[in-house]
Amino acid sequence: MRTLAESLRLNLDALDYAIIGLYFAVVLGVGFAARRAIKTSVDFFLSGRSMPAWVTGLAFISANLGALEILGMAANGAQYGLLTVHYYWIGAVPAMVFLGIFMMPFYYGSKVRSVPEFLRLRFNRPTQFVNALSFAVAQVLIAGVNLFALALVVRALLGWPLWVAIVLGAAIVLAYITLGGLSSAIYNEVLQFFVILAGLIPVTVIGLVKVGGWHGLVDAVRGTSLGDSALHTWSNTGSSDNPLGANWLGIVFGLGFVLSFGYWTTNFAEVQRALSAKNMSAARRTPIIAAYPKLLIPAVTVIPGLVALVTVKGLGADKGDLTYNNAIPALIRDLLPNGVLGIAVTGLLASFMAGMAANVSGFNTVFTYDLWQEYFKKDRPDEYYLRVGRIVTVIGVIIGIGTAFIAAGFNNIMNYIQALFALFNAPLFGTFLVGMLWKRMTAWAGFFGLVIGTLGALITYVLYKVGVVKFGSDLDESFWGAAIAFILVVITAAVVTPFTEPKPESELRGLVRGIGKADLNEGAVAGDRAWYRSPVLLGAIVVVLAAAFYLPFI
Amino acid sequence: MADRDKDIAATEDTKQVSAAARLFDVRRVIGGLFVVYGIVVTLVGIFDSQSEIDKAQGVRINLWAGLGMLVLGLLFLLWQWLRPAEAPTAPADEPADAGGGSTTAEQ
Repeated sequence: MRTLAESLRLNLDALDYAIIGLYFAVVLGVGFAARRAIKTSVDFFLSGRSMPAWVTGLAFISANLGALEILGMAANGAQYGLLTVHYYWIGAVPAMVFLGIFMMPFYYGSKVRSVPEFLRLRFNRPTQFVNALSFAVAQVLIAGVNLFALALVVRALLGWPLWVAIVLGAAIVLAYITLGGLSSAIYNEVLQFFVILAGLIPVTVIGLVKVGGWHGLVDAVRGTSLGDSALHTWSNTGSSDNPLGANWLGIVFGLGFVLSFGYWTTNFAEVQRALSAKNMSAARRTPIIAAYPKLLIPAVTVIPGLVALVTVKGLGADKGDLTYNNAIPALIRDLLPNGVLGIAVTGLLASFMAGMAANVSGFNTVFTYDLWQEYFKKDRPDEYYLRVGRIVTVIGVIIGIGTAFIAAGFNNIMNYIQALFALFNAPLFGTFLVGMLWKRMTAWAGFFGLVIGTLGALITYVLYKVGVVKFGSDLDESFWGAAIAFILVVITAAVVTPFTEPKPESELRGLVRGIGKADLNEGAVAGDRAWYRSPVLLGAIVVVLAAAFYLPFI
Repeated sequence: MADRDKDIAATEDTKQVSAAARLFDVRRVIGGLFVVYGIVVTLVGIFDSQSEIDKAQGVRINLWAGLGMLVLGLLFLLWQWLRPAEAPTAPADEPADAGGGSTTAEQ
């Protein structure tokens, strides 16, 4: 039985509930208002390719800023200390810039409607099928994880039964996506971005005040079991003897290169936001604009994680309300008075919905264009696919509810998600990279590369789980699993290509480096020429900033 | 280019009937919501009791957070007022070699 002191239950008053209620009303209102702008399948799945860059950029970051990410990163902050910033500065920013500068011309320029569709054009239908199926399965799984996590937090904070939170959360996401499609998802993501920050900033500020500012926090962390090594990002990574349990090679190559590039550059739930941009320049700037807030987000996740570590008694329990994942909810309970309390809870709920909406809108697009249109009902009029998209959204959410309970039984949800990324994204990134750079790579080399790479990651994961292979930690495993998958793709591509038929160059125009040229000015507006809208310059600045941010925390 | 692909071409062709231009401006929504949140939370902050201020470690967090949200909301409304949404179909005069590095990136 839980004692009162351990309970995370918040004392929300009528005003807090009014703040939450207003937010839900606005979210649904956006769905209804966006409905007028939907007439074709592109309107529904890709916002009619009409969005400005700042909107797609913030949606891009928000799609990643699900509550799993926020709570998981705060949990990592409490468990691994400042080493958690690797997930942001080396593990996200370079990949986001790479996506914008080098990959977006292929994606946006080829007019593909999804990531699997690019694989069909560059390789063949089987490659598209494998990726579309694994992506669709992963998205409903992760939507389920999001939903389950939402229900757990809502039960702990508000005392609602699990099923009420699951059904209500799913119903709201379902309503606004079925109504307004991707436009509605994107607009709500932009709104969510600001609400999430409005909730997290007060927690961080008061948390820092409580521990006596940054220096007070640093001193207090030295006194915990984490000790001084939690306050450095690189200096203890010569071996894996640090809280993260990973050495610099695993961090740079596994996390910084394969895992992060795999996630950011090929995950359609992210790339879809950029494909909805109104022209090539906006599409390229989308992930780069998103990289700027990504630089700063650890301030409102890792710092609260550390504050919780030193102020919340009993944090780090194996189960119950005081697991590491509840670091932020525990601080909300301890520090926020009514008013900002309502905002913070709204922010948390908003972030759950942002994560789930991204999964659902990616899922319905891939299912409709890459599975249904390709394999079941070809050559129907456009309205037909629009209708399929709406029905599939409903089905996807229902499956998500069903899979919500698969997430149970994992202490640190983030590791579970990372394991999924390692299985699906790293081999996919390898296939994309080789396919975009090497024009002779054949269709079947792409297919076998993707399959063998995925199997490699899967086998590594299973061997680690049953204890045959040892790694420093779950995270260390996901770094190395991703790296192994990537290397397998490259080897397979090199071995299979000489024995199979290459694609004629005429079919590879705009898909491979060196064959044809994407029009980087496609649909450009006058203002796009300004220096501050240059993707290369914006990208270079954010990479330099990411490196500079490390300096005080070496 | 890849848009010779039949499925993609069919989807591209629907552009003429796209209703995307009827989409509203999201800045109005963000601005409106944050102005309301800002006013409400600021008012709460003005009337906060000592126990609430103590809970927040002596910081008048409702007041500050409320004012912050109010300013954010007003900035969005101001931005929309000063620079209404650009017309989506206005191509640049000479797109071929505009804008330096960004547009001549090697493919």
